[in-house]
Amino acid sequence: MVVSLADYLVLSALLFALGVAGFLFKKDLITVFISIELMLNGVNLTFVAFSHYLRQNAIDGNLFVFFVMVVAAAEAAVGLAIIIAVVRNRNTLNIDKMDLMKN
Amino acid sequence: MTVSTFFVIAIVKALVALFILTTLIAYIQLAERKIVARMQSRVGPTRVGPFGLLQPLADAVKFILKEDIVPAGAEKGLYLLAPILSVTLALLAIAVIPVGPPLSLHGWLIPLQLTNLNVGLLYVLGVTSLGVYGIVLAGWSSNSKYSLLGSLRAGSQMVSYELALGLALVGPVLLAGTLSLNGIVHAQAGGHWFLWTQWVAFFIYLTAAFAETNRIPFDLPEAEGELGAGYHTEYSAMKFAMFFLAEYANMITVSCVATLVFLGGWSGPLFGPPALHILLPIFWFCLKVAAFLFLFIWVRGTLPRFRYDQLMAFGWKVLVPLALANVMVTSLVAAVLH
Amino acid sequence: MQLALFIIFGGLALAGAINLLVQKAPIHSALSLVLVMGALAVLFLLLGAEFIAFIQILVYAGAIMVLFVFVIMLLNAQPSEPSRSSRIARWLGPPVAGLLGIILAALVASRYHRVPANMGQPMFQVEAIGNALFHQYLLPFEVTSVLFLVGVAGAVMLASRPDEAAQNAPAGHLAETEAISRKKGAGA
Repeated sequence: MVVSLADYLVLSALLFALGVAGFLFKKDLITVFISIELMLNGVNLTFVAFSHYLRQNAIDGNLFVFFVMVVAAAEAAVGLAIIIAVVRNRNTLNIDKMDLMKN
Repeated sequence: MTVSTFFVIAIVKALVALFILTTLIAYIQLAERKIVARMQSRVGPTRVGPFGLLQPLADAVKFILKEDIVPAGAEKGLYLLAPILSVTLALLAIAVIPVGPPLSLHGWLIPLQLTNLNVGLLYVLGVTSLGVYGIVLAGWSSNSKYSLLGSLRAGSQMVSYELALGLALVGPVLLAGTLSLNGIVHAQAGGHWFLWTQWVAFFIYLTAAFAETNRIPFDLPEAEGELGAGYHTEYSAMKFAMFFLAEYANMITVSCVATLVFLGGWSGPLFGPPALHILLPIFWFCLKVAAFLFLFIWVRGTLPRFRYDQLMAFGWKVLVPLALANVMVTSLVAAVLH
Repeated sequence: MQLALFIIFGGLALAGAINLLVQKAPIHSALSLVLVMGALAVLFLLLGAEFIAFIQILVYAGAIMVLFVFVIMLLNAQPSEPSRSSRIARWLGPPVAGLLGIILAALVASRYHRVPANMGQPMFQVEAIGNALFHQYLLPFEVTSVLFLVGVAGAVMLASRPDEAAQNAPAGHLAETEAISRKKGAGA
């Protein structure tokens, strides 16, 4: 028996949904950020799977993954810098306590 | 080839490589003690066996028999995971290193490496980049400020110098036109070592390699004068031995990569009867790797340690711009020559 | 063989993702994500995308996640205590996400279940990717480099301290003292 495209897509859908779940109910700023990365990873799997199954000798999907990684790297650098700045100002990582525009 | 024979062959090859590697590490460590001792007008270990040759065995027994201490307040799971991760990743990197051209015996073609990847160089870089986790987790889970500081330093140092290391390798890869380690060696056939054309990249690679392996003069993560022993301050017995093993395995890996990418791998003069033609390439390869390992030990016996901010400034303000310039010049020249 | 590998590493990725949600301490969540990334890299290899697989390890697991772990260490991030609104999210979050997962999975499974397996990949993938990157996708490539520059500048500006003393002290020294003070604060 061979692995079909649908198997990969279901797996990536589940990963994406788990990322959404983490984004919705985790209460740590960092963990919420990590959940976003999980969602990106789920989507990356879709790109590579489509590129492998749908077109002969195609690498477009791989390139999309490449761009996603680049954006993720920039996003992580800026996002983590923001997290550091926030923690310096409020001394907490709990997103429920970050509900004020000013101190 | 059926699945089961594939697995049997793979496991046997992996075990043989593992055995050779661990023995090699044990004796590099003995060689280091001997050579450094000579440099400092001492004699080094002499008691166990002739010329102290059985010293590694005695050390191994000592590591196994020592008490295994877990500090109070340590995160047990991560504390155990860190050394295992370190040593596993360090040993994994060796899987794609070819030590010679494929042997042909009775019509069988035996490659002298565990597996040949089209992107072998990327594999080595990827696996060694994961090695940071072992060190960072060791510092985090030990619940000790020396460990934490050591691992913070190690983390930032390795991430910074990895950049210079990777960029230095881009030049030779551009000239060779492939990421396969075999392909890079073939591109240097006939004495056209990339050392001659890419010497800037070679020195950047070498410097970054010292930093990646946490060796003197870049051994701030374990600077014993200020940090106890850095990230492995709280480790004892076999867990400490694993970090030790990982450090030397990493040294071997970077030496092998330097040999393959800059010194033409196993190429060298071939002479004598046919049997020598099989053995000589392997000998040349081992000789070049040994020269690099000796350099590591030599530098350890010679140079003092950097200060932390000097180290970071050197990495970001000298090595990375230099490596970028090298990539640009190399690609320009390659484009003009084509 | 392929199916076995898919089940093992797909299962590993799912287990890592679930562990990410279950764990309370951020460091454990981050390490679970590293596990997911490693498993995904093997799946990429199964799909013939060797370049992307090793870039995934090198960039994602080896650089981006190291940055996460580093920040977690620097801030000494401990599990947060639950609050009232987080309890509501806890009750509502999993069903919503579960529903989303089921809908997505059902959608893709019904549409793509008859796609023939394995169409093959180009032999020299790195070369093909490089060609596409510098011809077909040149504009996006250049734009991402600008994005990177903006990201670097932004990160440095956000993370640097506004006060004078910080500008004179060496950066590494600052990080060390900060880590120590946080560790002490957690102990007190």
